[in-house]
Amino acid sequence: MTAAEHGHGGGMPRRDFLIVATGTVAVVGAAAAVWPLVDSMNPASDTLALASTEVDLGPIAEGQSITVQWRGKPVFIRHRTANEIKEARAIDAATLPDPMRDEARAPNAKWLVLVGVCTHLGCIPLGQKTAEPKGEFGGWFCPCHGSHYDTSGRIRKGPAPANLEVPKYTFLTDTKVRIG
Amino acid sequence: MSEMQLKNPMLRWIEYRLPIFSFIDHSVGSQYPAPKNLSYWWNFGSLAGIALVMQIATGIVLAMHYTPHADMAFDSVERIMREVNYGWLLRYFHANGASLFFLVVYIHIFRGLYYGSYKYPRELLWWLGLVIFVLMMATAFMGYVLPWGQMSYWAATVITNLFSAIPWIGVGITEWLWGGFTVGNPTLARFYSLHYLLPFVIVGVVFLHLWALHQHKSNNPLGIDIKGPQDTIPFHPYYTYKDLVGLGVFLLVMFGFVFYHPNYMGHPDNYIPANPLQTPAHIVPEWYFLPFYAILRAIPSKLGGVIAMAASILVLFLIPWLDTSRVRSTKFRPVYRWFFVFLVIDVILLGIVGAKPPEGIWILIGRLATLYYFLHFIIFMPFLGWFERPLPVPDSIHQPVLGAAAGAAAAGENKR
Repeated sequence: MTAAEHGHGGGMPRRDFLIVATGTVAVVGAAAAVWPLVDSMNPASDTLALASTEVDLGPIAEGQSITVQWRGKPVFIRHRTANEIKEARAIDAATLPDPMRDEARAPNAKWLVLVGVCTHLGCIPLGQKTAEPKGEFGGWFCPCHGSHYDTSGRIRKGPAPANLEVPKYTFLTDTKVRIG
Repeated sequence: MSEMQLKNPMLRWIEYRLPIFSFIDHSVGSQYPAPKNLSYWWNFGSLAGIALVMQIATGIVLAMHYTPHADMAFDSVERIMREVNYGWLLRYFHANGASLFFLVVYIHIFRGLYYGSYKYPRELLWWLGLVIFVLMMATAFMGYVLPWGQMSYWAATVITNLFSAIPWIGVGITEWLWGGFTVGNPTLARFYSLHYLLPFVIVGVVFLHLWALHQHKSNNPLGIDIKGPQDTIPFHPYYTYKDLVGLGVFLLVMFGFVFYHPNYMGHPDNYIPANPLQTPAHIVPEWYFLPFYAILRAIPSKLGGVIAMAASILVLFLIPWLDTSRVRSTKFRPVYRWFFVFLVIDVILLGIVGAKPPEGIWILIGRLATLYYFLHFIIFMPFLGWFERPLPVPDSIHQPVLGAAAGAAAAGENKR
């Protein structure tokens, strides 16, 4: 074989190289052309802009819960009783399915803020109203597939894989919180 | 292709330039040979095709009156029911049509399972049928979301959340599917777009399905190959008219539902507008998804349940190789015949479990029925194929009808 048949570099004939190179460029180009179609289905800018909600905690009595909407999702805000706080903090977090200490979930122990979406398949758990079932651990109960959450919103029993999510929030004053 | 004898000069003019009449005649006409022993179980393929056409026809008209927006969808459906001329008829026909389409397809699938229609050389035909089935499930699910009632909304939430079980990328996928952080208006709009698109994709796959079917012709109750012209009759007029009889029965059932029990297969909660802050106390899918829903819930782990549900369909793709039997038709398999009956009972049982709340005894029954479903395909199918002694299979399709002598004569003719 002569150098001419192999092109300059040696191993690959020039024609094969050109075919592979052209094909690669075509595949990359096609992928680049598809990306805008795919990405257009992601949350749009105005959807992303609805990022924070402010809530006045003043009217919420001890033992009461309210539901507010944040990014279209329900957020549970619970003014916990001393008993509920005690229950949530007494348990050894390491023994839980998704270990997390209550102190980390609710730095201000009175106020528990949770995304009210079951981590199994997205239903809204019951337990916000006094008449609703609160599950075996006094927190929330998801009626869709039977997940039980405790007074810290941690998964205790049922198919859900994780605790109820704690959204990012900051206390603006003692009775005002911004979620998001 | 043989020349067509067309009397009408206009048709002859067209046929000379575009041989469409001979194409139709060779596809579903007098030039298409079908096994002469097809039973009524073979009606359900063409019936499924007709159901698809009826869904597309009613759907196109419904789309002219429907508004795919979260604030207006529910009201536009009620307007179809109350104000649009015959809107109630079209919508009830479309909704019940979806249910009966699934019923027809399930019978079609179980017929294929009983008579070994997935076996050599029809593996691709079977696969294409399963692809149609999966596309149908996606289409039906997205159509169910469009009225934007409570069941619509929460079905959309639960089903899209199945994808969140995928490690690492799951949440990103769900937000991409939703176009937001929950099911919302962007989700409704894209489901509407895809619900309109997918039926035409199904039409495309149906063409491939028929193409593969026509390559080796229909299987038949005996599960043996066509050996010659004495084993066949022309599709038209014999099976075209037989299919029309079946269509008549299908329409009787359909209008029985549409006129007398139009909401029998629906859920009252779907007449409550979607509320993103309130999940209905008891959510269940439509009846045709219940067995899969039961399998999902049988596994006490989110990812595990999703994997089991996907596997329950994927395992069907493997059965051309999992079934090791040398005969196709279960008619000649005295032992497997019982296992087929058990499978049908098991799937119905899974459907019942799927409709019950996941409590008490139903959890155990659901787990056992799920286990049995997989045992059937992964253990019983291959092992029975090896150990079972099949009954004697006839030499040809016409032999049991015309007797052994005619069979031998014809066989001799074929060997020539």
